[in-house]
Amino acid sequence: MSDPTSVVTGTPQVSDDRPARRRSVLRDLLRRPGFSIPAAVVALLAVIAAFPAPFAGLFGHGDPTACDLTHSGMPAASGHPFGFDIQGCDLYAQVIYGARPSMTIGIVVTAATLVLSITFGLLTGYYGGLLDTIFGRVIDVFYGFPFMVAAIVILTALGSHSIWAVSGTLIAFSWPTMTRVMRGSVIATKNLEYVRAARALGASNTRIMVRHIMPNAVSPVLVLASLMVGGVIAGEASLTYLGVGLRAPSISWGIQLNTAQSYFLSNPSLLVYPAVFLCVTVLSFVLVGDAVRDVIDPKTR
Amino acid sequence: MRPFGRTRPTEKLPMGRYVLKRTLLMIPVAVGATFLIFAVVFALPGDPITALAGGQHVIAPSVVDALRERYHLNDPLPLQYVKYVGGLLHGDLGEDFNGRAVSSIIAQAWPTTAKLALTAFVIEVAVGIPLGIWAGLRRGRMVDAGVLAGTTLVFAVPIFVIGYTFQILFGINLGWFPVAGVSDGWPVSYLLPALVLGLFGLATTARLTRTSLVETLSAGYVRTALAKGLPRRRIIVKHALRNSLIPVVTYLGIEFGGLLGGAVLIEGIFNIPGMGFEIFNAIKQQNGPAVVGISTLLVLIFLVVNLLVDLLYGLLDPRIRHV
Amino acid sequence: MTTHSEPLLAVENLTVRFRAKDRPDITATDDMQLTINAGECVVVLGESGSGKSVTARAVMGLLEPTAVIASGSIRLRGRELLGPNGGFDSVRGTRIAMVFQDSLSALNPVQRVGAQIAEMFVVHRRMRRNEAMRHAIDLMGQVAIPDPHRRARAYPHELSGGMRQRIVIAMALALEPEVLIADEPTTALDVTVQADILELLRRRAVELGMGLLFITHDVGVAADIADRVVVMYAGSMLETGSVRDVLERPAHPYTRALLDSVPRLDGDAQRKPIRGSLPDQTALPAGCLFQPRCPLAVAECQVRRPALVHLGHQHSAACLLIESSVDEHQEAADVAS
Repeated sequence: MSDPTSVVTGTPQVSDDRPARRRSVLRDLLRRPGFSIPAAVVALLAVIAAFPAPFAGLFGHGDPTACDLTHSGMPAASGHPFGFDIQGCDLYAQVIYGARPSMTIGIVVTAATLVLSITFGLLTGYYGGLLDTIFGRVIDVFYGFPFMVAAIVILTALGSHSIWAVSGTLIAFSWPTMTRVMRGSVIATKNLEYVRAARALGASNTRIMVRHIMPNAVSPVLVLASLMVGGVIAGEASLTYLGVGLRAPSISWGIQLNTAQSYFLSNPSLLVYPAVFLCVTVLSFVLVGDAVRDVIDPKTR
Repeated sequence: MRPFGRTRPTEKLPMGRYVLKRTLLMIPVAVGATFLIFAVVFALPGDPITALAGGQHVIAPSVVDALRERYHLNDPLPLQYVKYVGGLLHGDLGEDFNGRAVSSIIAQAWPTTAKLALTAFVIEVAVGIPLGIWAGLRRGRMVDAGVLAGTTLVFAVPIFVIGYTFQILFGINLGWFPVAGVSDGWPVSYLLPALVLGLFGLATTARLTRTSLVETLSAGYVRTALAKGLPRRRIIVKHALRNSLIPVVTYLGIEFGGLLGGAVLIEGIFNIPGMGFEIFNAIKQQNGPAVVGISTLLVLIFLVVNLLVDLLYGLLDPRIRHV
Repeated sequence: MTTHSEPLLAVENLTVRFRAKDRPDITATDDMQLTINAGECVVVLGESGSGKSVTARAVMGLLEPTAVIASGSIRLRGRELLGPNGGFDSVRGTRIAMVFQDSLSALNPVQRVGAQIAEMFVVHRRMRRNEAMRHAIDLMGQVAIPDPHRRARAYPHELSGGMRQRIVIAMALALEPEVLIADEPTTALDVTVQADILELLRRRAVELGMGLLFITHDVGVAADIADRVVVMYAGSMLETGSVRDVLERPAHPYTRALLDSVPRLDGDAQRKPIRGSLPDQTALPAGCLFQPRCPLAVAECQVRRPALVHLGHQHSAACLLIESSVDEHQEAADVAS
């Protein structure tokens, strides 16, 4: 989904710096327009997703469910800057409210995957042995699934179109890659000097893992996570568009695009507005992720 | 658990044994994958028949019973799985709700998908790699920036949006390509869909090639090659490229799975009657068994391709054979 | 004193600076001089940051793109290598060769080692693969690699560090260059292997009549292999002379401090590190570079940078104190005559 370049090229580079560098990372990031502009867009979208009502109401007709079939497909009018969709609902309000499931899924899935991957990566990378082998096989199995196809199977069989089913599926196919990266990073960190020092001083395994290894092994997965959000949002939109993701009465860009498909010749705005919003969202996240990677990855420092 | 125990030294495997080992390793993965699909479809709580029917088909009880018999749903679970796998090995993927054998659906549809996927793959390699090399050699200059910007855009815009846009732009407005269907045969009808299908992979390949090349060019052995007085061209082609293409090859193998998946969307948009199209329609018609059957096959194909890539990788990079 | 024959390699007034993005330029070498004659081994001795590796790379024409050669000349048998008509391309590998420190990263990981040596013959002597391979195996034997036929088919990661370094040396010696530059080739190796490698280099250099330019920070290695020693500090040459002169009768306070800092088994086993740290190479002081750390510094040392003072047969050092003592001797001699 997102750019896997940094993952596939080689072993993750682990910086030997202490976590105290984290503050300067934020400062470095804010200094770049390549980060601050898309980050601002992301922040705006997050606000829209959290509080859609005031934004939708900007032009006076903020209720996406107030639909009148007589207005079906009509072009922009006063108070309705994007016009109406096929059901006669205000398209602008629909698009605004569509931000919510996309952002939610994007963030929830990424966060959950991050937590799972860090945990599994730490455990398998640190302890190795049987645990690692078992997880390795499980990951291989998941790796063996082309994402779209597998997601289709699962969602079809589950029969559910809830936000949880979709999120769960996305998480299920994101954690293997991230766990692999975390594991590699943990293994690389495990052999660094100060970890050995901690061990010689008698620190318990848990303490070593959490306090020493994790803060320093976590950079590659943070980079991956920031790049991932955009991909998750795009993935959800694709699944919904296909028909296995969210469904009416949910409001989602994927659904809007699905409907727009049949009408794009007569009513291009049905396609254009949700598409633009979706693209801007994904693009902003991808740019943010790129900027984060440029700053955090020790190789490019 | 001994996190810091001594690691056993690994021995280098000759090519033959490496092939055997990787192939054998693939089997549990294949078993795991098919089991996973099986479990998701048949073993989860809830009635699989109704789930597969998606709640929209009204199925007569007699048909339900027949289907239950057909899918061995009255047998204990492990036996179900065994019979399922047995069926798979015989090429029996079940029947869909319209009574058609899934395997015959596939037999009709797969050449189309194969043509589409292969065309997309060729585009990816033929355009992606040279583009990446060009950008890598001209690092920091206009070409490089252009490639980076272009690829970022491709990543950001979801594939079906690109599909539509191209369809409208190149098919309808400009009329360069047929809008949908395969009536113009290969390659004409397949070019635009293959381009869209391969676009993401093309962008990633270009980026990966570029990054990999830049890294390789700063490696120690390239400096040695310079110190040896080798001509620049030879250094780039024989030393740098050979090494930098290794991760690209790995990616391309994995990417193939992406092609299979993306085909679903592309075939839907462009009305190409391949396997993806069948899945696409099957979803619309809530035709569960067809969805599951075709998907299972695609997963197995993907596994085989992965295995082949693994073997190829072992050939290219002897260090890997120590694993 | 004029010499009849041109030295094999002559480096004069070499000043190399590195461009940095938001910092002033770093002066890596400042007015560096070096000569090597055929069959001679010159060791450039210095700590990290002294500019010794930069000098080595400059002689090969392998400096980074951020490096600028502000001034100087590098001549191989009288022929100038720098400048627009420069001929690095025509001499690299064939007449000047280099052995790097890390043999694992110096070798192509996916190519068999025999082929990597053979490549020299294929490219430069236009030999066919088989013949080149035979030469390569022959070379491997000359650098004391046992069972070269089998080893030639190995990949770099399958060989030990010492073995790999021999491969790198074989590659460098393949075309019998006139100058061999070795940049800390033994630093990454065990002491026992180190001795073997040094002996190998020495022997081959003599056999081929090569000039050997050896870079190291290890005084013991210098003592082992050098004919002449050049002591570098923060980009400048502080002392130069025969190995006996420099290591047994060091004239410069820095050289003395360097020798003292190595603990000896037959004397005081105390560690005596040199206090202080290197000068800021983005803004070199006007006076002596070593002055802030020198136990013998006087006021004038901060003001004036000393030039190399000739002390005796090929022995010179850059120290104001030596200047004055030489002047005294000169005066005494004048008075006596």
